[in-house]
Amino acid sequence: MAVIFDRTPVLTDVPFHYCPGCGHGIVHRMVAEVIDELGIRNKTAGVAPVGCAVFMYNYMDVDMYEAAHGRAPAVATGYKRVHPDHFIFTYQGDGDLASIGTAEIVHAAHRGEKITTIFINNAIYGMTGGQMAPTSLVGQKTTTSPYGRSKEHCGEPIRMAEMLSTINGSAYIARCAVNNTANITRCKAAIKKAFQTQIDRKGFSMVEILSPCPTNWGKSPVEAMQWLEENMIPYYPLGTFKEV
Amino acid sequence: MALKLMKGCEAISEAAIQAGCRYFFGYPITPQNDVPEYMSRRLPEVGGCFLQAESELAAINMVYGAGGAGARAMTSSSSPGISLKQEGISTIAAAEIPAVIVNMMRGGPGLGNIQASQGDYFQAVKGGGHGDYHAVVYAPSSIQETCDMMQRAFDTADTYRTPVIILADGLIGQMMEPVELKENPNPTMPDKPWAATGYDPKGTKPRAVLNSLYIETEDLNTLIDRLHARYEVIKQKEVLVECYNTEGAEIVLCAYGTVARVCKAAVNELNEKGIKVGLVRPITLWPFPTEAVHDAVAQDSVKGVLTVEMSDGQLLEDIRLAVNGVKPVEFMGKAGSIMPTTEGIIERIMKMREA
Ligand SMILES: Cc1ncc(C[n+]2csc(CCOP(=O)(O)OP(=O)(O)O)c2C)c(N)n1
Ligand code: SF4
Ligand SMILES: [Mg+2]
Repeated sequence: MAVIFDRTPVLTDVPFHYCPGCGHGIVHRMVAEVIDELGIRNKTAGVAPVGCAVFMYNYMDVDMYEAAHGRAPAVATGYKRVHPDHFIFTYQGDGDLASIGTAEIVHAAHRGEKITTIFINNAIYGMTGGQMAPTSLVGQKTTTSPYGRSKEHCGEPIRMAEMLSTINGSAYIARCAVNNTANITRCKAAIKKAFQTQIDRKGFSMVEILSPCPTNWGKSPVEAMQWLEENMIPYYPLGTFKEV
Repeated sequence: MALKLMKGCEAISEAAIQAGCRYFFGYPITPQNDVPEYMSRRLPEVGGCFLQAESELAAINMVYGAGGAGARAMTSSSSPGISLKQEGISTIAAAEIPAVIVNMMRGGPGLGNIQASQGDYFQAVKGGGHGDYHAVVYAPSSIQETCDMMQRAFDTADTYRTPVIILADGLIGQMMEPVELKENPNPTMPDKPWAATGYDPKGTKPRAVLNSLYIETEDLNTLIDRLHARYEVIKQKEVLVECYNTEGAEIVLCAYGTVARVCKAAVNELNEKGIKVGLVRPITLWPFPTEAVHDAVAQDSVKGVLTVEMSDGQLLEDIRLAVNGVKPVEFMGKAGSIMPTTEGIIERIMKMREA
């Protein structure tokens, strides 16, 4: 029988624990495919975050670290300085990267650290049960913004791709989404470019990925994709913000 | 080899390099700035890497990354910065990564002051970060001893895959003493098959998963049991202590680090007058030399025990546990970086003898 769809070799044979309709699984697969396609598997390590993707070390069949909340870019820095001819990526959520780990990500970019960051922006703290993230939209109801996020009270959502693209050490910064096939295809191309940026030793690279969390958005998987398209993309424009 | 007059911070840094340390990550804080400054000059000369991190949090996590990648990595700081590192130290202990952390203690709590202090004893010895773990803690009392300790510190970290803390103080860091540095151009490094050095599914080396998360209760328990078993071996094999003129002593002093030097001066002065006092100086604070302390104070000759510290009575608790009530234990010490004087200690001993 002809095989038309199979597990990528860089993924382990362990089922994802993600909710139905979650974006994490889609992105994991793309990261694994890119590592495979670039032929860098034996020299690649990853750093899993604290967040729903915390078990990523069970899924990616490469050397993996698990970092404390927000510290993945610092851990990746330590690895990269020891193995400058190897490749390392961090995989981080919006609470991890855009809140508790802002210092680490900003300074990894600022040093032009030759690492690749995959940043999952789902406008929520998924793992801890749907609290407000720095990326939650104005008006968005979460378990800690039950009346909807108020910009007077806690500011407007933070745009990390734009912010990090202003830093000289950033060599490639893009924002993508996984809400439809066309965007998923673009997303994979961006992930590949980000890894290629690291291979070419150009500097820091990051792909921010708008990703659904149906569970904590209180929506069905299909509604979640719609909500992402109608609410997130207008505030978080897709595209390439920096490419050197 | 000839003796060389060196500042503590620089001597420690050079000793670390001779012990095979090639990666240093740190953030400036007084009184240990000469460590990162020295490392930034020297590490590039030996093919290593110095990086000034954006914070102590980042620095310790870079150590996690570099140690996890199989290298000998170190960070240093002083009290407030060491507080920030605790999250990382706990992570490193759980992930079973070797790391060396130098603390040139200054006065606390809070920003405290920038003079030498011993106020971080509890933090270093009793955990510091969250969870059931220990770090091996060395407490040097001279620059030479600190230098000699660095090789041991890196070896211990590698052997037991554990964080190791050098608990020195601002005095050790800032003063100058003649030292003999052992040159070691090719330090030997143990095999680290667990490290993240690249994974080939067709190879024999297992995939590295460096992790501190064990979500199943049984799995976490297995980790803690494994750590605990290792700690038992450390307690058996790694205790270091100096017992100075304790045989037949009437009064036994207990002190560590630079304070122990002042105590030793008091012991010498009294011994010359024929007064029998001795000193027990723990060199490892964890594992603690419980037996040595107990044996020294349990002698019939001993009337009392005096713990001397540059803090508000922290070592005191471990001394009391070791003495276990067999002799009265008194305390002498001040926080705020006030070093006890030889005269003060002698006066106190004389009072204890009269009692
Ligand atoms: C120091 C620390 N603070 C808080 C937490 C609790 N915590 C776990 S996951 C998480 C939020 C994760 O949200 P995000 O990074 O957006 O990832 P997601 O689950 O949405 O993918 C928090 C706050 C923690 N583990 N450690
Ligand atoms: S809670 Fe949200 S982010 Fe987490 S697995 Fe479920 S859908 Fe995905
Ligand atoms: Mg999130």
